[in-house]
Amino acid sequence: MRASLSIALCGLASAPALAADLDLKLQIPQLDVAEYHRPYVAVWLERPDQSVAANLAVWYEFKKRDGEGEKYLKDLRQWWRRSGRELQMPVDGISSATRAAGEYELAFSSAQPPLAGLPAGDYQLVVEAARESGGREMLKIPFTWPVAKPASLQAQGTSELGTVSLALKP
Amino acid sequence: MKSSFRICAAALAMLLPFTAQAHKAFFVPSSTVLTESDHEVTVDGAISNDLFYFNHAPLRLDSLQVTAPDGSAVTPENAATGRFRSVFDVPLAQAGTYRIASVNNGLTASWDGEDGKPRRWRGSDAAFKTEVPADAKNLRVTQIANRVETFVTVGKPSALTTSGVGLELLPVTHPNDLFSGEKATFKLLLDGKPAAGLAVTATPGGTRYRDQQDTIETTTDADGRFSITWPQPGLYWLHASQGGGREAPDATPAKGGKAGKKAEPRPRRVGYSATLEVLP
Repeated sequence: MRASLSIALCGLASAPALAADLDLKLQIPQLDVAEYHRPYVAVWLERPDQSVAANLAVWYEFKKRDGEGEKYLKDLRQWWRRSGRELQMPVDGISSATRAAGEYELAFSSAQPPLAGLPAGDYQLVVEAARESGGREMLKIPFTWPVAKPASLQAQGTSELGTVSLALKP
Repeated sequence: MKSSFRICAAALAMLLPFTAQAHKAFFVPSSTVLTESDHEVTVDGAISNDLFYFNHAPLRLDSLQVTAPDGSAVTPENAATGRFRSVFDVPLAQAGTYRIASVNNGLTASWDGEDGKPRRWRGSDAAFKTEVPADAKNLRVTQIANRVETFVTVGKPSALTTSGVGLELLPVTHPNDLFSGEKATFKLLLDGKPAAGLAVTATPGGTRYRDQQDTIETTTDADGRFSITWPQPGLYWLHASQGGGREAPDATPAKGGKAGKKAEPRPRRVGYSATLEVLP
């Protein structure tokens, strides 16, 4: 589908590609602690002024009864102030359950929300993780959207996050 | 007994205005930033030299005003005043910002009693006429307007309104949106107008575990604005005051005692203190 689209559009060299990809790999590290709870994780794109351009994922305990799991969303402090407190959780396509330690892949395409219609410009991918009775860590990867050629970017966490890799394809 | 108790109570009540230099009045809320699945906070109130420890006197709750985001008054629950602190719960039924304040507007008076012992009194303008003897010797009266407050936000911060009396804080940066390393800007108003050139201090909590106060000092500009860049996360005690110097003898009709002549304005002391939480 994407190939046929690019063929169809090959005459419009200056037009932005219609289906650029943003693929994300993020590691939740295995931690040797007495009391372990899976971290709450938020992934979003921010503009240079730190306003939120798109929420990509929020992992939290959304199935707890009486919204008890929402209580700790504020511990994703930056996400909470930038957009969490404006949202009515859960949000379709964004919120899902917390994950165990491991590596997770998230794939986004400019052909679909939340990336559809994202204006060209400078952004930062932000990954924030906060764990009950544990720590909080936030990683940022700056990039320009859309990319002219494939790019691979990385940030390394030290406590609540492992490696976060961002692969951008035109 | 009764009168000595009253004097004692009055003296305690006046600790706040009289020892503003030495003792700090503050509230400490259990949380400042909450989600809508939270339904209450509990708040401590105390007066002490050390931030934020309860080791001197409780902050009395007789002038407590809790205001909901929609401006309505909230009735605190489970209020109690102990030896060193007061405590109460605030039910959070709405989303937005709650203002938890102790507001003392009125008069303080001191005079020499008939037995030669000093008398002190604090109360409203109306009570002054009936409770302070008209012929009190060496009467000194000071107007006070003192506000001690803190803020708690459920969900998205909402706008804060001011009453137009005494010193008040008007947010430019919302008081529940403070982060370490970031600059926050506020405006101080005196009776609803910009309080220009006023000294403002912000002292981080945890004074017991360090050798210096580490107080940040700044001054309001012509617009009453001031900014603070928070050096570290934690609770901060923000303070500003004006007046509070020597009390002049109460303004009595000038020499010649012409009836109906307007008395000179009484000296006035205004104070503002807020507990602010700065997140990492």
